[in-house]
Amino acid sequence: METAENYLVKGDPLLEIKDLKVSFKTDEGIIPAVDGVNISLKRGHTLGLVGESGSGKSVSTWAVLQLLPKSAIIHKGSSIKFHCKDGESVELTDFKSKSREIRNIRGGEISLIFQEPMSSFSPVYTVGNQIMEAVRAHRDVSKEEAEGIAIDMLSRVGIPNPKRRFKQYPFELSGGMRQRAMISVALSSNPSLLIADEPTTALDVTIQAQVLNLMKELQEELGMAIIFITHNLGVIAQIADEIAVMYLGGIVEQGTRHDIFHNPKHPYTMNLLRAIPRLGKTDGGRLVAIEGQIPSPMERPSGCCFHTRCSEYMPDRCNVNIPQITQISPEHTVRCFLYES
Amino acid sequence: MAKFMLQRFIGMMVTMLFVSILVFIIMELPPGDYADRYVFRKYAGSGMQITESDLRNIRHELGLDKPAYVRYSKWIYGIVTRFDFGPSFAFETSANVVIGQRIWLTMAILFSTLILTYTISIPIGIYAAVRRHSIVDYSLTVFSYLGLALPNFLLALIMLYISVNVFGASVGGLFSPEFEEASWSFAKFVDLLKHLIVPAVVLAWSATALQLQTIRATMLDELNKLSVTAARARGVSEWKLLLKYPARLALNPVAGSIGFDINRIFSELPIIALVLGLPELGELLIRSFIDLDMFVAGAILLMLTFLVVVLNFVSDILLAILDPRIKLQGG
Ligand SMILES: Nc1ncnc2c1ncn2[C@@H]1O[C@H](COP(=O)(O)OP(=O)(O)OP(=O)(O)O)[C@@H](O)[C@H]1O
Ligand code: SF4
Ligand SMILES: [Mg+2]
Repeated sequence: METAENYLVKGDPLLEIKDLKVSFKTDEGIIPAVDGVNISLKRGHTLGLVGESGSGKSVSTWAVLQLLPKSAIIHKGSSIKFHCKDGESVELTDFKSKSREIRNIRGGEISLIFQEPMSSFSPVYTVGNQIMEAVRAHRDVSKEEAEGIAIDMLSRVGIPNPKRRFKQYPFELSGGMRQRAMISVALSSNPSLLIADEPTTALDVTIQAQVLNLMKELQEELGMAIIFITHNLGVIAQIADEIAVMYLGGIVEQGTRHDIFHNPKHPYTMNLLRAIPRLGKTDGGRLVAIEGQIPSPMERPSGCCFHTRCSEYMPDRCNVNIPQITQISPEHTVRCFLYES
Repeated sequence: MAKFMLQRFIGMMVTMLFVSILVFIIMELPPGDYADRYVFRKYAGSGMQITESDLRNIRHELGLDKPAYVRYSKWIYGIVTRFDFGPSFAFETSANVVIGQRIWLTMAILFSTLILTYTISIPIGIYAAVRRHSIVDYSLTVFSYLGLALPNFLLALIMLYISVNVFGASVGGLFSPEFEEASWSFAKFVDLLKHLIVPAVVLAWSATALQLQTIRATMLDELNKLSVTAARARGVSEWKLLLKYPARLALNPVAGSIGFDINRIFSELPIIALVLGLPELGELLIRSFIDLDMFVAGAILLMLTFLVVVLNFVSDILLAILDPRIKLQGG
């Protein structure tokens, strides 16, 4: 972390995902989970990834770290390019899931925190043990040094009495504390990208706000980029610079926070905005239902895959052809026939 | 942890107290008492006339006219202070002498069976889960079915045949005659292992089959846990990860079932001992019941339950060490 900052400039390209396609081999056949995702993220920026359950948010990000199960296939032609701290850029899809190269990336360059703070720690080791493990996976330090770093990390994420917490087991911590501890694991090797997969969904509303603020503070301090995954556009408004809206494995609209909140184009984005839980009537941060059923991934609708639920649906067009990406402005793109000339 | 251990220790002591009372009641169950049997053994066929008052004298001499709790206390007192389990009528010596070597043979068989079971089932179970659908995995399934379906005594006979005819090993007892009196040496140790291998393999067979399945299933379960993916996501290498998380958790059910395994070994041992002609405790227990040699029976019952209870205690402690949730929440 000492030398890197000299030439790592905020706003430089960091992650470029091109035409990412992932399918799963199952007993029922091949399930397409992610279908042609394009994302580009700049150093120090925050991307919000929104979409209903099953839209492929987790699968896309797990693919970045090669963490998908054996049954997953990343299609040929998919590209995930990442710019490392040492200035080199690597193609992550070239790395085998057990290779040393990808292990150096995991935690060292890109960290992932998970939706469930309860089960992302192993119950049979102390919190400290698991933070030290993360430290020692990337730095050649002694046990004592690693312990010092771990305790320092715990206090940085706002955990009171870090020396005591260090020795405790995960189940002795509250949900909010555990998610803070998970953030300290993720940031312990100073990654340049933090992927937070619905880090606040399992927490209650006030704790959610605290964890969000913490992430913003840490971002200012450490300068990492963040991909923030959520169901809830309301949460993302507080943290994201850019937003990508996903539906059934594809990105349907992408733009700056301003574009998405003040100039939404895709009918699905508009639905999501209408569904933002208002103050005082949240249901735990989950989306208020959007009309219609999410189609099963086995039966992808033809044409525009949102046509089964779309209020602007145009027969003989939306259900027949696939809409192409339309550029609204240099940063703002949408996939919908309403904007195709 | 200290508190947890103390609790379990007290629990163990209480269990032993109840067991000893139960054993004492069993010893008192057969019709007639010690004096009747003593007289019968000593004077039957000698033509001597035994009167009621002779019997009364013998009863008094042996303390049999005292109430049951006094006799129980005396019996326990002898065991605890002098390790004296009382007399044996059938062999006209003390129960200690009769039991003598047999307790060591029983324990040697017990421990070698347990060690064999765990050294085979733990690494192979883990390997099979990690290399799912591999040849090892499939052969394991086949072996498990065999292991569970094949009756023990049949296996014992097969093993007996193989070891005598193929390896020329003598079976029965702990040592070959030439080592019986010899002092400890490597050759004597090898001789001991040669004698233990057949009963241990027979007794470990089905337990291994069962444990393999348990370990494999737990491993598969643990491998898919989010905490494992989380560790992988922080850059931990694959083999380190496997050993630290799923493999360690797969040991929990093993530690938890040690007591169960011991019970099973003790209940199967007499039959195997009969087939293999091993002078171990279970077989002596059955004989002592037939002979109404109740002090010997009582001593064996006490020793076996003591072993079971102590090893259960060990298993509890192991489990608590392996899984911190137990001592912190339940304890
Ligand atoms: N191991 C798997 N085997 C088969 N299909 C899978 C597997 N993991 C994910 N999928 C499928 O991939 C699709 C995308 O799942 P993903 O977990 O990325 O959704 P998500 O957007 O993260 O949803 P959520 O908000 O519920 O976390 C879903 O249709 C899901 O059924
Ligand atoms: S392409 Fe048609 S169905 Fe799809 S979102 Fe646009 S209007 Fe709706
Ligand atoms: Mg998800």
